[in-house]
Amino acid sequence: MSREPAAPPVLRMAGVSKSFGATRALDGVTFELGRGEVHALIGENGAGKSTMMKILSGAIPPDAGRMEIDGRPYAPAGPADGLRGGISMIYQELTLAPHLTVEENIMLGREVHAAGWLDRKAMKRRVREALELVRHPEISPDVRVRKLSVGAKQVVEIVRALLNRARIVVMDEPTSALSQEDSQRLFEIIGKLKGQDVSVIYISHFLEEAQRVADSYTVLRDGRGVGSGRMEGTLLEDLIQLMVGQKFTRFFPKVEHAVGEVILSLDGLKGARMTSPVSLTLSRGEILGIAGLIGSGRTEMLRTLFGLDEAEGGSVVVSGFEMAGAKPWASISRGLGLLSEDRQGEGLALGRSVADNMTMSDFTPYRRHGFLRPGRQRRAVVEWIGKMKIKTKGPTQKVGDLSGGNQQKVALARLLHQKAAILLLDEPTRGIDVVSKAQIYEWIGELAREGKAVMFVSSYLPELLGICDRIAVFHRGGLVESRPTPEWDAPGLMAAATVGRAHPDHPMSQRIAE
Amino acid sequence: MSRQRPAGLQKALNVLGPFIGLALVIALFALIPEVQGRFLRFANFKSVATQSVIVALGALGMTFIIVSGGIDLSAASNIALSSVITAYAINAGAAPLVAVLLGVLTGGLVGLANGALVTRLRLIPFIVTLGMMGIARGAAKWIAGNQKIDAPMTWANEFMARSPRPSWLLLAPGVWIVILLAVAMAVVLRYTVFGRHVFAIGSNESAARLCGIRTSRVKILVYSVAGLFCGLSGVMEFSRLTVGDPTVAVGLELDIIAAVVIGGGSLNGGEGSILGTMVGVMIMSFLRNGCTMMGWPNYIQEIIIGAIIVIAVTLDRLRHRGE
Ligand SMILES: Nc1ncnc2c1ncn2[C@@H]1O[C@H](COP(=O)(O)OP(=O)(O)OP(=O)(O)O)[C@@H](O)[C@H]1O
Ligand SMILES: [Mg+2]
Repeated sequence: MSREPAAPPVLRMAGVSKSFGATRALDGVTFELGRGEVHALIGENGAGKSTMMKILSGAIPPDAGRMEIDGRPYAPAGPADGLRGGISMIYQELTLAPHLTVEENIMLGREVHAAGWLDRKAMKRRVREALELVRHPEISPDVRVRKLSVGAKQVVEIVRALLNRARIVVMDEPTSALSQEDSQRLFEIIGKLKGQDVSVIYISHFLEEAQRVADSYTVLRDGRGVGSGRMEGTLLEDLIQLMVGQKFTRFFPKVEHAVGEVILSLDGLKGARMTSPVSLTLSRGEILGIAGLIGSGRTEMLRTLFGLDEAEGGSVVVSGFEMAGAKPWASISRGLGLLSEDRQGEGLALGRSVADNMTMSDFTPYRRHGFLRPGRQRRAVVEWIGKMKIKTKGPTQKVGDLSGGNQQKVALARLLHQKAAILLLDEPTRGIDVVSKAQIYEWIGELAREGKAVMFVSSYLPELLGICDRIAVFHRGGLVESRPTPEWDAPGLMAAATVGRAHPDHPMSQRIAE
Repeated sequence: MSRQRPAGLQKALNVLGPFIGLALVIALFALIPEVQGRFLRFANFKSVATQSVIVALGALGMTFIIVSGGIDLSAASNIALSSVITAYAINAGAAPLVAVLLGVLTGGLVGLANGALVTRLRLIPFIVTLGMMGIARGAAKWIAGNQKIDAPMTWANEFMARSPRPSWLLLAPGVWIVILLAVAMAVVLRYTVFGRHVFAIGSNESAARLCGIRTSRVKILVYSVAGLFCGLSGVMEFSRLTVGDPTVAVGLELDIIAAVVIGGGSLNGGEGSILGTMVGVMIMSFLRNGCTMMGWPNYIQEIIIGAIIVIAVTLDRLRHRGE
């Protein structure tokens, strides 16, 4: 596993700094990566992890600092130089061309050709082989990427990085949109890369995961390196303490709340993209978790219920009103709020300010005779930024310039601002650091205490088990089971999500049967 | 995915889609008794083809630009400038070949300037080419001394001849040039690395950059090639008029863009095809031709073509819905 400490590092970064206007994203960071080493890069949202890796890949130039690869100075003028230097990167935000096919995306920039003429057969063969290697032969090389699910897109992105025969592979949050199975495969692949002396830089907010795959770690805080060392013998608590600068233990803060009367009921709701009708109820003050594999129909159910996808039958009753087939604006006016799983694609207007994004779904408090009152809007937004600890220069900063996790916080703040009575949250903690996650759980708990109803879709089982009152499991486009949380455990949830029913031999099922 | 059409039918629709529109337009006039006889004649088809040459050449380059997510508003001005330069050169005693090459090159230089400005100044193509539209038109008028340049007849005037000299050619040489170049460009767009990079840039420019594609270089090449096509189109314009007229082709850039869009090009980039564009050109030409035969006034033609653009793009959207 561990290499001789004497081996010279593959990569050395020293005194690397980068500012965006007044924001100091990186402040003299030093970093060393050994050959065949898996190195976890850890830090809170906005700590500068992605910025550091973009500098390494050549996507952005540093303001100061030196980089060396194999002892030779390395100063990429652009991503092309980074690729040529043997650095391959899986970016945090998906970077695929939606109109191109899977094959075209994977081979982009490294087409097989003879004097400019594409050799499609060869490329398709390579892509098919690579997809088989990650055990996704069902993804066709000829399908256009815009038709793929978020999870499948992430797989394509990973394959692209792997095909590159790189010496350093950077993975920025590769598992945030992956199923458990796929994550497992990715860890296997990382093991294989290590065996081939490829070095991996691994960024993740799933610290347990990072602990499992990495040999060593570096922690960033506010753009500075605050510690690094070998992963072996390092406790999770220590990592978190380095990250946030203080002790932290309340991972799943409990907020007492009481479940009240039913506010939302679905009866045989069937959507154009759902395979079977769904019946469910949600009460005031209730947190209902929705578990299931990626692509199991959870997102489709939320979208149909909210009115983004067409409903083909069944009923949706919100506080006594029939809402099936309602348009999103009508849903919002009845108190529904949706947090999309795709924050870059449809959750946020990336080119607009933090203030506009946060208040977009409800301008009423800042409106008089049809005119916007920016002063009031600004004051309210500043308050939310403080409450949610969003790392931003201020209400006027473009959302697209925030770090991934902070973008997610803005999207979530919009629902809280809009005072939705029924919150439909689709993967709300994707890409969010441990401390902010706990903060979000606490808000969700407080919302429930105020009598709001929360539907919480997540692929991260510990959080479902940690904060939900009830958990419903989806499988292959339909609802399998819904039970109070105490009757579930992680293996039971996994079994229901993968097989479509709680495993009969499973001790949980037996206990329930008794 | 419950309402998916069978794959074969979908594929057929995708390939034939643009042709259906063209067939409808031709069928429409073929069924009207007043014009039937004249409309369906080979001579008429021949003249429609000849009339399409200028727009078609511009549209070939415009397809590349639109697929890459850009736009070129200076195309028509560029055509006028190139035609003036060609006439000027012939008038000054240059060999016709030299004059033709000069005309084409002029177009290429204007395109190169567009590409360089778009990539160096990081301005959006709409603005850059809007500026170039004025600059090129002004330059054309300046060089021509604000009037038409007469030039002696040479073989350069035969590209657009109604009856081609070796009569076995059947179609004007200009038409053959368009056909050859269209085939060549279709191949480039689909079967070369360059073509694939053009699509990638139009679909997601930052992704293309992150994959190591030198996006600036590709874009400069795209605008330059498109410029060369405008230059050639300008030569054809000169050939047709036998004079260099700096005020010719005003507003033609919109016809060129419309042809690309009718043919399935998306102004958001990432979509479009040469075949589609050529069909788009033909649809517009046949409509003009048919309307003229019917004796409908110009304003009716304008209304019809305007409506056709909206209808064609709507149909195209429906066609892609299955994807
Ligand atoms: N293009 C940009 N313009 C302005 N500020 C930026 C830009 N990119 C990043 N920043 C700022 O730099 C800081 C570091 O961002 P970075 O994306 O590196 O964080 P991160 O550690 O990757 O966080 P996360 O875990 O949320 O992804 C943040 O405060 C962010 O707002
Ligand atoms: Mg990041």
